[in-house]
Amino acid sequence: MTTTILTPATVATKPGALQRLAQLLRDMASRPSGAVGLFLVLLHLLVAILSPWLVPYDYKTISATLILAPPDALHWFGTDQLGRDVFTRTLLGGREAILVTLVATPIAVTWGGLLGIYLGLVGGRIDNVVMRIVDAFLALPWILKMLLLIVTFGTGIEVLIPTLATFYGIPVIRIARAAAHNVVARDFVLASRARGHGKFTIISRELLPNVLDALMVEGAMRWSWMLLAFSSLSFLGFGVAPPNPDWGLMIADARTFLAIAPWAGLYPIVALSSLIIGINLTADALAKALGVDRAQKAPI
Amino acid sequence: MNDFPSTTLRTGATPGHSSAAESRPASSARDSALIDIHDLTIGFASRAGTMLPVLRNIDLQVRRGESVGLVGESGSGKSTLALAAMGYLKGGLKVMGGGARFAEHAMFDLSRPQLERVRGGKIALIPQNSGQSLTPTLRIGTQLREALALHSNLPPAAHPQRVIELLAQVRLPEPATIFARYPHELSGGQQQRVAIAMALAGEPDALLLDEPTTGLDVTTQAHILELLRELNRETGTAMVYVSHDLGAIARVCDRVVVLYAGEVVLQGSTRQVLLAPMHPYAKGLLASIPKLSDAQLPVALAGRPPAPGGAGSGCSFVDRCAIAQDKCRSARPPLATLASGEVSRCYFPEQTAQIASRGANPVAVRVSADAGPPALVLDDICISYARPGLIDQLLGRRPNVPNTVDGVALRIGKGETIGLVGESGSGKSTILKAVAGLLAPVRGAIEFGQDEAMAQDVDHRTPDHLRRIQLVFQNPDDSLNPRHTVADILAQPLQLYFGLKGEELHQRSVALLERVRLGGHYMDRLPSQMSGGEKQRIAIARAFAAEPDVVLCDEVTSALDVSVQAAVLELLNDLKRDKGTTYLFVSHDLAVVRALSDRVAVLYQGRLCEVGPAADVYASPSHPYTEVLLGAVLEPVPDKAPVLLADDVVELAPPAKGCPFQRRCPKKVGDICDTQMPPWQTSEGGHAIRCHIPRGDLAATASTHVGVK
Repeated sequence: MTTTILTPATVATKPGALQRLAQLLRDMASRPSGAVGLFLVLLHLLVAILSPWLVPYDYKTISATLILAPPDALHWFGTDQLGRDVFTRTLLGGREAILVTLVATPIAVTWGGLLGIYLGLVGGRIDNVVMRIVDAFLALPWILKMLLLIVTFGTGIEVLIPTLATFYGIPVIRIARAAAHNVVARDFVLASRARGHGKFTIISRELLPNVLDALMVEGAMRWSWMLLAFSSLSFLGFGVAPPNPDWGLMIADARTFLAIAPWAGLYPIVALSSLIIGINLTADALAKALGVDRAQKAPI
Repeated sequence: MNDFPSTTLRTGATPGHSSAAESRPASSARDSALIDIHDLTIGFASRAGTMLPVLRNIDLQVRRGESVGLVGESGSGKSTLALAAMGYLKGGLKVMGGGARFAEHAMFDLSRPQLERVRGGKIALIPQNSGQSLTPTLRIGTQLREALALHSNLPPAAHPQRVIELLAQVRLPEPATIFARYPHELSGGQQQRVAIAMALAGEPDALLLDEPTTGLDVTTQAHILELLRELNRETGTAMVYVSHDLGAIARVCDRVVVLYAGEVVLQGSTRQVLLAPMHPYAKGLLASIPKLSDAQLPVALAGRPPAPGGAGSGCSFVDRCAIAQDKCRSARPPLATLASGEVSRCYFPEQTAQIASRGANPVAVRVSADAGPPALVLDDICISYARPGLIDQLLGRRPNVPNTVDGVALRIGKGETIGLVGESGSGKSTILKAVAGLLAPVRGAIEFGQDEAMAQDVDHRTPDHLRRIQLVFQNPDDSLNPRHTVADILAQPLQLYFGLKGEELHQRSVALLERVRLGGHYMDRLPSQMSGGEKQRIAIARAFAAEPDVVLCDEVTSALDVSVQAAVLELLNDLKRDKGTTYLFVSHDLAVVRALSDRVAVLYQGRLCEVGPAADVYASPSHPYTEVLLGAVLEPVPDKAPVLLADDVVELAPPAKGCPFQRRCPKKVGDICDTQMPPWQTSEGGHAIRCHIPRGDLAATASTHVGVK
C-alpha cells in the first residue's frame, strides 16, 4: 500500500505548561478587566510580602496624645482611637487574611473539585445522597455554620484554615460535578470506559483536563468570597485577635467614629474592596481568556 | 406588500452609490433574475490584517420559479453564499467587492428595518434543523400566526384559517389537530414541515434552504424533498438549495452550481452536471459517492481544499486534479461557457471525461460468513432502557414495556463485515454499546467464537476481552479528548493493553499513524488542529492500536464530507484486508453499507427484519421495510424518483405483539401481522426475511425500483 505522508509544513505543537501560563497571563493582561485586576492583585500581594519592611511605625504603639488625629505629614492616614498609625496598620492589615485564604482556597478547590468530578462520573445513588447533603448545607446561612464551628473549636489560623477550606469546598462540588457531567456524556469518556480504563485514569486523564478551566475560574471566585468571609469574622471578633492589625478588625473598631474620624475606617475599607474588586476582575478576565463562561469563538 | 417606496427611492437616489448593481451590463438574463449576485467577494480579516476571501467573484442568477442547487464540501462557502442572497453575513465577514440584489433591493445597501421587511417575507430561509428552532412552549398554530402577523397583509381574523391552509400545503395530516399541538408532539420530519409552512407564511418569492434534510432519516428526507419539489412547481417560488448531498440536489433542482474553495467551478443543468460533469472536481465528487447499485468502493478525492486565501495564483483545484498541467498552476482559469451549456472554470473541460470514475477503485474485500468459526455471536439479546419504578423495585418486577432491542441474534464470521442498517431509533447504536459492554442486555449473551464466555459488562470483562473489541464513534470531535495530543490519544490503548513506554511506544504510535496514512509529524497535534477526516483516522488508529478482533463502527462516516468518507471507507477496507478484522458496521446510509459489507442486517425498532448476504438483501425479494428504505434512497441520478412506499410517521414504542413493522407496512396482510410475530424465512444462501408473506410473493410484488443488481 502506498503511504501518503503529508509534509510537515507548519505543525503547531502543544506548548509546555510555563509557556501556556505566560500565554494565559498575556491574554488576560490584554483585556481591560484583566489588566486592572492583575495590577490590583499583584500590588496587594507585593505589599503583603514587603510591608514589615515598609511600615514607618510599630503597629501596636499606643499614643494618648494622638487619639483619632487626622492625616498629616507624619501620619499619612491619620491615627485610630488608640493613637496607632492607620497607614502602618492598613499596610499590615491584609497579611493574615491573604495568607489564610491563599492556603485555604487551593485546599477547598482541590477536595471540592475532585469529589464533584467523581460524583459527576459515577452518578447514581452516591451522587444523589451527597448532592442532597450539599443542598441542605448550602441552604443554611454560612455565618451561622461558621460561628458554630469557631465557638466549638476556638479561633486562630489552625482553626480558620480548615474551616474555610471545608466550607468553601462545598459549592465547588456543585460546579465541578456540573462541569464533569458535560464531559462524561461525551464519546471520548465512553471510549475510555470501553477500553477498560479505571475510574482514576478516567478522572485524571479524560475529565480533569477538561474541567480544570472551570475550576480555575471557580477558585478565583472562591478566593474573593473567602477573603470577605475572613474579614467578616474579624469584624465580628472571631478572626484575628487584637492588637494584631486586620482590615475587618480595623473597620469594626473605626465604625463608631466614622462620623468624626472617617480616615480610621476609610483606608482599610478601600484596601479590602480594592483587593476584592481586583480578584473579581481577574477572575472575569480568566474566564474570558479560558472561554469558560461563553461559547468559544468558532475559528472561521 | 410588494412595493417599498422608501427602499426604491433610497437605493435609486443615494449619491455616490456605485455598487455593482448600477454598473452592471444590461443583459436580459440578469434583468429578469429574481436573485442576482454579481461578482461577489466576501472575506474576513486574518490576524495579520489582510483580507482572506471565503467567496471569490461569485456570479449567480436565480429566476422566478427556478430551483438552483449549491453543492460543495464543508468550507466551500455554499452556506455563506446562500445567506449573502438575503443580505446576511456571519460575524467577522465583510463584502470585499460586488453585490447581491433581490428583486429591486440591493441587499447589502439596505438599512436594518428595510432588510427586516424583505427577509422572512419575500425571501425566506429554512436552515438545517429548523424544526428544532420552533419554540417548545408555544403551540404550532400560535407560532404560525406570529409569522403571519409579521409577514402577511391578511386581517388577524383570517389568520387561523390561513394557518390551516399552510399546514395542509406542506401535507401535514389533520392540519386542525397539528394547529393545537406543541412542537415536541411532532416527529422531526413534521417539525421540518412546520418550519417550511412558516417560511411560506409571507408568500415568499424565494426560499433559501440550507441543508434542510440533513440529519433526517432517509424516508423522511425523501418525503420532504418531494414536498419541496411540488411547492416549487405549484407556487412558482424560486429555491436556492444548499447541500453537500448531490442525491438531494438531483431530486429538487433544475440547475446545479458546484462550489470549490469559495469559487464557482461548474454550473449547468442538473442533468448535465450529474451525467457529464465538465470539471474534474465535480467528477471527483460524483465518484466519491457510494451507490446502491454498485458493490465497489467509491473513489476518494485525495488531498484537501486550500484554506481561505491559501489558493495560489493558479487554479484552486490544481493540487487534487488528475489532469492538471503547467498552465493550471500559473494562471487561474476563467469561467467559460461550453458547447453543452455548462459553465466551467477549467482549461481542459473536455478532458474531464477521460478521468476514470469507476473500475480503478478496489472492490471491498469479501469474506464468506460460513467459513470457519464465528468471531462474535449475539445470542438473542434484549436490551431495555426502562428503569423500574419504586413499586416495581420493591416487588422485584420488570417494567412492563417492550424492550428497546429484542431478540437480536447474529453470528458474525471471522473477518466478516456485517452492516447494521435502520432509521434513527432502530437500536443500532444500542446494540453496539451492548457489544462493547457499556450496556448490559436484560436477556441473551454476547460471546466470542467457540462459546468463549465473556462478561456482559466492561467492569467485569478481562483485559484481553476488552482489547479484542474496539469502538469507533460517529463524530471524532466528540470521541477524541480535545486536550490530548495525538501522542496522548494513541498512548492510551498501547499503555493499557501492552504496557509500552518510551521509544517503543513512540515507534508503535508512528507506525499506527503511517498505517492510517498520516505521518509521525502528527504526534504533537491537538484534535482542533486537524480536519474531520484526519481526526477520524486518529480515532481509527486508536481502535487498531489494541490489535482488536472485532471493530465496532458507529456511523463512522456520517459526520464527514463525501470525498473524505470515501477515503475512510477505503482505509477500513485496507485494514480489513491486512489484519482480517471483523467489522460490525452501523449506518443509516444504505449505500455506504453496501460498499463495505459482506452481510447486511436490517433493523426496525430494535428487531431484525432481514439478514443476508449484501447482494441478496439489496435485491428482491426483500422485507417490506427494506423495500421502503431502499425506495427512499436518493441517488445522484437525474429523473430517478424515490419510491415512497410508507409514511414517515413517528412511532414512539414498538408494538407489544405482532410484527414490529405492522403500523407502517405497505404490504400488511391483516390481523396476523398485529398478533403474531412473523417467522424467519431463510433461503439456501442464508438470506433470511421475517415476514408473513411467502418469499415468492414478496418477490412478485416488489416495486420495480428495488431490484438493483
